[in-house]
Amino acid sequence: MNVLTICRKELSSYFRSPIAYGVMFFFALIAGYFFYVATYSFVTQGLRAAMMGQSQPMDVNDYVVRGLLSNIGVIGLFMTPMITMRLFAEEKRTGTIELLVTSPLHDYEIILGKWLAALILYAAMLGISLINLLTLYLYGRPAWKPLLIGYLGLLLQGGCMLAIGSFISACTRNQIVACVGGFGINLMLWVVGWVASLDSSTLTHVVGYLSIVDHIDSFSKGVLDSKDAFFFLSFIFLGLFLTGRAMESIRWRA
Amino acid sequence: MIKVEGLTKRYARNVAVDHISFQVEKGQIVGFLGPNGAGKTTTMRMLTCFMPPTDGSAEVAGFDILDSPMEVKRRIGYLPESPPVYPEMEVIEYLNFVGRIKGVPKAGMARRIDEVMEKCAITDVRRKEIGKLSKGYRQRVGLSQAILHNPDVLILDEPTSGLDPHQIMETRDLIRGLAGDHTIILSTHILPEVEAMCERVIIIAKGKLVATDTVANLTSRLHGTEMVSVEVAPRLSSTAAAGSDGHVFLSQVQQKLEQVAGVSRVLHKESRDSRERFTVESLQGRQIRPELARAVIESGWNLNELHSVGLSLEEIFLQLTAEHKPEETPAPGITAAPLSGSAEASGVSGEAQ
Repeated sequence: MNVLTICRKELSSYFRSPIAYGVMFFFALIAGYFFYVATYSFVTQGLRAAMMGQSQPMDVNDYVVRGLLSNIGVIGLFMTPMITMRLFAEEKRTGTIELLVTSPLHDYEIILGKWLAALILYAAMLGISLINLLTLYLYGRPAWKPLLIGYLGLLLQGGCMLAIGSFISACTRNQIVACVGGFGINLMLWVVGWVASLDSSTLTHVVGYLSIVDHIDSFSKGVLDSKDAFFFLSFIFLGLFLTGRAMESIRWRA
Repeated sequence: MIKVEGLTKRYARNVAVDHISFQVEKGQIVGFLGPNGAGKTTTMRMLTCFMPPTDGSAEVAGFDILDSPMEVKRRIGYLPESPPVYPEMEVIEYLNFVGRIKGVPKAGMARRIDEVMEKCAITDVRRKEIGKLSKGYRQRVGLSQAILHNPDVLILDEPTSGLDPHQIMETRDLIRGLAGDHTIILSTHILPEVEAMCERVIIIAKGKLVATDTVANLTSRLHGTEMVSVEVAPRLSSTAAAGSDGHVFLSQVQQKLEQVAGVSRVLHKESRDSRERFTVESLQGRQIRPELARAVIESGWNLNELHSVGLSLEEIFLQLTAEHKPEETPAPGITAAPLSGSAEASGVSGEAQ
């Protein structure tokens, strides 16, 4: 109940500041561009294949959807810090955090409410990119299950990045710092996946496992892998838990 | 209603609040008086469960702040120094939000909000964005937030800071009107404010409790003595004769003033163009202004100015702390005060940071 109250308040302030519109605009623009490029190359390659006389049909899911989903995830890396930067930093700067903390609310209610609002905004952004993909159904019959599972994966991945962003935002009273910090960590979590391809030692395996981008692969293939889902969920939990610790630190730091 | 025992807040390098104990009875308005940085806000933040104390305990409305913070929070209305408002929200929307997180029952919410807006005189701006309101209105919105859930205890941190005189009067009236229903602690660094609103006063400086008393007792204790500001200049002819030696003149005047009957001490405030300004303090219950004037005139100096000044908070602290530990206060007289710059700036006990 309190979670929903906080969530509603956060959502309404998102849509009263230019942030939500700006983030959604650029997300839609970039996602639309990627979609255009992916479909364009699919169509030209398809045409070329047909002219060469290859009879084997190309799969829309393989060529367009999969690539696009992981691209959207990467756009999310850049966009989520902008969603989360103000969550706590702004309240700490203006002092409204004192209202929340001295109200009969539990910390977890405040954190969950805020994170949920951010997640809903992110889901709305994903929804915009989904419109692009739905136009494919006008011309073809792509499998819808992998699409759905892919989007579930994107949502979970977004949840992770938003949880990290919340944590960073709870650590500072400066929105810019929160944004840059969240962005840096997101970037780190993306590029650590690359070390996995260096060699096959345990260390690179463990470090590579942390990459939040790699775990979306199974989802975008349309496979609901409980291992990856568990990774995302525990990642979200960790992020929100750290947010709670950071919020508590307001109380013993001056 | 509020019971504080040995409350302490220590940070890595300093002690913000040092073993403070006091009690507040139900329905009282208590002023929490102290200079900036004395530990007022920290104490209030501990009482409102914003931060835990390092040591000691406090009970608000019968609940311990450490053991049952939720119960305490339900019974406290808190107005921090800057009103905790969301600028993008409309007033009524903000109060709705606060009502929900404070646990005001849904059924009576709309009526309660109307009541509170009426009380705080913000009904006419109910549909305005808070960010577009004037500071006085914003402060009142902050106050309405604090009383919305009808708390037993109201904690107000500098409720009149940053307001213009007219708004200050309004806010004071409003707070006085709230007494009785609520037990109120309000902090301020302005003495007249305490006199205007509070029944009791708790004075802290540098995190320590300096005095707790009724306002009547405190003012009589402090106002028994008179502070007089005197500006003396040498006559033009005598300046030439003295070879414009400022120091000689200064000490002559200082001595003369100290000899006047009923004077307890003389503080040199400033010298400007060979005019010397002093603050003279009388002994308990003595009128010294006529004697001072006569002394100056009879010595052949010009008396530029002579008027009675109220005690500033700094001076009250000087007095009160002097009563407690005399060894820490600077010795009165010319040696303690630098020749340029006022005594306030020289870092007397009130300048805690």
